[in-house]
Amino acid sequence: MELVTPAIGLLFWMCLSFGIVVWLLAKYAWKPILKSVSDREHSIEDALNEAKKMRAEMATMTAGNEALMRQAREDRELLLKEARDIRDREIAAAKGKAKAEGDALLARAREDIRNEKSAAATDLKNEVGELSIRIAERILRDKLGDSAAQKALVEKVMNERDLRKS
Amino acid sequence: MKGLLHTAILRKVLLNAVFAVLSALVPGVLAAQEHQTSQDTVAHDVAVHAEAGHEHAAEGGGAEAHVEEFKAGELIMEHIGDAHSWHLWGHTSLSLPVILWTDKGMEFFSSGKLMDEHHHAKPYTGAHYTYLLQHEKIKVLNADSSVNVDAKVTDFSLTKNAITLLMAVALLLWAFIGMARGYAKRGISAPKGLAKFLEPVILFVRDDIAKNSIGQKHYMRFTPYLLTLFFFIWALNLIGLIPIFPFGANVTGNIVTPLVLATITFLIVALVANKHFWLHIIAMPGIPWPVLIILTPIEIMGIFIRPFTLLIRLFANIMAGHIVLLVFFCLIFIFGKNGESLIGGYATSPFAMAFTIFINCLELLVAALQAYVFTLLTAIYIGTAVHEPHHAHAEHH
Repeated sequence: MELVTPAIGLLFWMCLSFGIVVWLLAKYAWKPILKSVSDREHSIEDALNEAKKMRAEMATMTAGNEALMRQAREDRELLLKEARDIRDREIAAAKGKAKAEGDALLARAREDIRNEKSAAATDLKNEVGELSIRIAERILRDKLGDSAAQKALVEKVMNERDLRKS
Repeated sequence: MKGLLHTAILRKVLLNAVFAVLSALVPGVLAAQEHQTSQDTVAHDVAVHAEAGHEHAAEGGGAEAHVEEFKAGELIMEHIGDAHSWHLWGHTSLSLPVILWTDKGMEFFSSGKLMDEHHHAKPYTGAHYTYLLQHEKIKVLNADSSVNVDAKVTDFSLTKNAITLLMAVALLLWAFIGMARGYAKRGISAPKGLAKFLEPVILFVRDDIAKNSIGQKHYMRFTPYLLTLFFFIWALNLIGLIPIFPFGANVTGNIVTPLVLATITFLIVALVANKHFWLHIIAMPGIPWPVLIILTPIEIMGIFIRPFTLLIRLFANIMAGHIVLLVFFCLIFIFGKNGESLIGGYATSPFAMAFTIFINCLELLVAALQAYVFTLLTAIYIGTAVHEPHHAHAEHH
């Protein structure tokens, strides 16, 4: 029973000393300690958040850079393609034009040739005609110089016609 | 819903217990070294008692006087109880101040005046009365040397336990105010020295005990008290385990310490409790009234029983630890028949020592565990008192 009977004196000292320790520690120990600890925790947390933010920023920046690069590459491709297209078109156009011109030239040349040819043919015909008239004149003059020969010829022609008719 | 909550709490408690075990292992190494001293001191102490018995018998005169019977129970009770003087070794003990509050005024004198040179109680006549120390209690004597039972004298002496209390207070103040200074000096950089070891414990009390049990909203109000409570109990438990002067007083195993601490827990709960808490005590919502006739008295009793279990748990655990340790030492003297049977004594010693080492390690664990349990349960009681129901209506209807 004595064990579980609280002694008044010790009760007094216990209350006094525990009261003192609670009060002094709360005021001079726990308050600053807990504050420093939570300050530290906050600073660590802030630093971590900062780092995370930085990393995210870096990532977005890298992504942006990549996008830019890709864009630039695409642009270059596009430009090159366009340039190629333009060149091809130009060449094709030039080729077409040259061909047309050539064709036109050729056509004209042909026309000219044809004209020349027909002119030459006409000339030749005229020449031949004149020449043959002249030859014929000469022959006629030579052969039908006398009246007998003329008569005989007329005879002959008349015969031939008659024979053929009958 | 409630079952789940309980399982969660239980799991948390188990996890915390594991932590407590781990944290107790650190001083365990120290204890193993210290143990040898502890053996010597207490063993010597017991021997002294035995010796005193011899002398007494001799004085009583006569060859027929055998050795005074070795009374382990008395010895143990003496060791776990409070004392007006501090026994150091052999016949040497430190006298402590006696402070008495009598109806005629205060009395101050040294406790040495109540003892003769053989450490037997003798009457001392102070300024107002004549006093005699009987079983460590100061009695007032009448003129005819009979004990005056009606004397209005209250004993406020600085006993062994009172001095240990003051010492623990000084130790805690020195350690933690010094630690706070270090923090002020170093700012937010990493802790150094003692703080390095104590900061995880402080964080453990703050996060795992206070925050988890009381809740985000209120825990910072109670953390300083819970920290003080935890370190106060832990320090006193450890001081009680160190067997050499100026330590070894069984303060947390004295009914007064847990009584005061449990009363403070009760008062805090009673003072901070909100409407919701009282409503649940007086008339649990959603319970039919016939059940309330049984439930309400149980709940009201519960308010008192919970701090009472705190008191009993701490008191019984620490006191029991001291008793078990002493019992193993006493075994040596019981089997040695108080010096008559040396063989018995020597044969028992190794077993007694082995068991003492084991119990000592266990007690180091218990020292931390009981501090933890007391603090955790206090935090849980405070938590129930300040808990605000979020979905209370959904739950009850």
